[in-house]
Amino acid sequence: MIINIISAFLSVAILGGLLGIGLAFASKKLAVNKDVRVANVEESLPGINCGACGYAGCSAYAEAIVIEKAEIGLCPPGGKESAEKISKIMGMEIEFNENRLVAKVHCNGNREHSAYDFAYRGLEDCNSAVLLFKGDKSCKYGCLGLGSCIKVCPVDAISKTADGRVEVNKEVCISCRKCVEICPTGVMQMIPYHADYYVACNSKDKGAVVRKVCKVGCIGCKICEKKYPEAGFDVNNFLSVVNYNSKGIDRQGAAKACPTNSICKI
Amino acid sequence: MLKIRSFKKGGIHPHARKSLSDTAKIQNLPKPEIIIIPMSQHLGAPAVVCVKKGDIVSAGQKVGSGESFISADVHSSVYGTVQDIQPIVLSNGIETNAVFIETDDISEPQTEFTYIDKDILERSTPQELLKIIKDAGIVGMGGAAFPAHVKFNIPKGKQAEYLVINGVECEPYLTADHRLMLENTEEILVGISVISKIIGAGKIIIGIEANKMNATRKFEQVIEEKRLPIKIQPLRVKYPQGDEKQLLKAVIGREVPSGGLPIEIGAIVSNVGTAYAIYEAVTKRKPVIDRVVTISGNAIKNPGNFRALVGTPIKVLIDAAGGFQEEPAKIVAGGPMMGFAFFNLEAPLTKGMSGILALTKSDLDFSSETACISCGKCVTVCPMGLQPTRLFRFINNSKFSDAMSLNLMDCKECGCCSYSCPAKIPLVHGFKYGKKMARK
Repeated sequence: MIINIISAFLSVAILGGLLGIGLAFASKKLAVNKDVRVANVEESLPGINCGACGYAGCSAYAEAIVIEKAEIGLCPPGGKESAEKISKIMGMEIEFNENRLVAKVHCNGNREHSAYDFAYRGLEDCNSAVLLFKGDKSCKYGCLGLGSCIKVCPVDAISKTADGRVEVNKEVCISCRKCVEICPTGVMQMIPYHADYYVACNSKDKGAVVRKVCKVGCIGCKICEKKYPEAGFDVNNFLSVVNYNSKGIDRQGAAKACPTNSICKI
Repeated sequence: MLKIRSFKKGGIHPHARKSLSDTAKIQNLPKPEIIIIPMSQHLGAPAVVCVKKGDIVSAGQKVGSGESFISADVHSSVYGTVQDIQPIVLSNGIETNAVFIETDDISEPQTEFTYIDKDILERSTPQELLKIIKDAGIVGMGGAAFPAHVKFNIPKGKQAEYLVINGVECEPYLTADHRLMLENTEEILVGISVISKIIGAGKIIIGIEANKMNATRKFEQVIEEKRLPIKIQPLRVKYPQGDEKQLLKAVIGREVPSGGLPIEIGAIVSNVGTAYAIYEAVTKRKPVIDRVVTISGNAIKNPGNFRALVGTPIKVLIDAAGGFQEEPAKIVAGGPMMGFAFFNLEAPLTKGMSGILALTKSDLDFSSETACISCGKCVTVCPMGLQPTRLFRFINNSKFSDAMSLNLMDCKECGCCSYSCPAKIPLVHGFKYGKKMARK
């Protein structure tokens, strides 16, 4: 009787031992090397599997980021927060360099100051609005305010203003230039982070034309260029542009002298 | 008469509103003081200006030459002096160079284009006829304005078995083709025989929608008198039957392959207006310097059909129709389904513009856009078998390559989906935008 018990006990113990060795061997031999980053990235994503990124779900997107080096800012629900976490994991931390360039909308023409040709009703997107007569604003160089840039900004640095334009928060801007590329009118341009003044206009039309359609546009009168030669304003194509490599003396005076107030302090 | 037919897939039945102008005879308009001839009135590359400021031009003189493969010549429609050459924005939003001509009534020579060359059709070879068409700057007069000499130049290895003449005019309000078919039946038939000689078509069929039975009867009567080998195919009223793909499906039962042209299924489609322009070009040597245009809509005092010179400012046309009887809420160049809303009444009439509509507030729906409820109405009505709701979702989220994989390029912007959308989503506008972004 006792022998039976012992033999059963031993046989199960030996069998268990052998299988255990087998499993240990298999786990070493057949191990799959998984990148720890995938799990970490997946954790930084919201985990709602909405598919807005274009991948099958959060884990598929996490894998795509690590393995295929997919773009980081594709997750709208995660927004800036998850993009920052992921970039940290991927070793692509954003350096907030003090000499960096930041995006700036070079237009102050809003519903009050500018003329509009027609009432646009359609898709909320500047690139779609320019299909119709290059946009509803009479000035074809200005900010249409429908936010194509907001859609592409990976860090949510751009927001709409109440008066029909957009604005960039320069503290958040990471100088990726995506907004500059998508903007159909070219009104979004890069300026140094420390820039003090800028010309809030992008119109290359003659002064008389600008005056008709906008109260705050640059008319190319050259007062800033001639009266304040040290301030570094260059007027070409009826548009004043600040040269930030110049000494930049007395830009404040130029701003005060500007007849349309299109030179603005940042 | 053949059995009445139509295309099966999709389509809608918008209010026709043709009774506003379908009994108004075509009136000739006097010359305006200034004529604006745009260089881009057709699909393809714009023509190149070939006159200078201060030049004196005569009616029918070439002022812009189409030098690329897909392009067309443009001609002055009056005798006068070139005042200016500068860019303008057309009513469809295209920016193009234009020649401004001040008309000169006093020193004008005797009116041209009265001589009719009757046996030119028998005398000329297809190549000679094609050359005449090219020199006359003829484009598709139905709206798309595709250069006619390019369309009729059949590529090697292809054969045009059918010539289908488009007398459908399925867009609401428009009656220009209808009136032209009634008043210039014989001339259109001459034009058709010219096209048929050029492309060597075996069978000729004219497709006419059933709301124009008087035109059908008129054609049948003349065809019987002259014993022409032309058939009339009456079609059940349905939009967008006037599109060549739907018309071919309805008339000859063949489907144009995705991304292909009608010649691939052995057919050429041409509009009745184009046939009339070809008649004028071949027998009178008159280039496209005028066209029939419908001025209609509830905001117009006396809606009607007018034969107006190309380049006439639209304001002049509206004044000719009695002006506005009430403040228009929207002015559209072309038909209400595929036309373009515009705001500048100084813009000129172009070769492809078949109508100008002034719509009142009560004609339009200003309710605002709401979320898609996935009802699938747009999928049911799409004549191309696309899924507008999915396409729009992709485009709205900037996934243009995904939209392309659902055949976005097959969309021809007929507007059936936008028309039937209960959530008022600007679907077609989105597709135009999507195509533009996908091409980048």
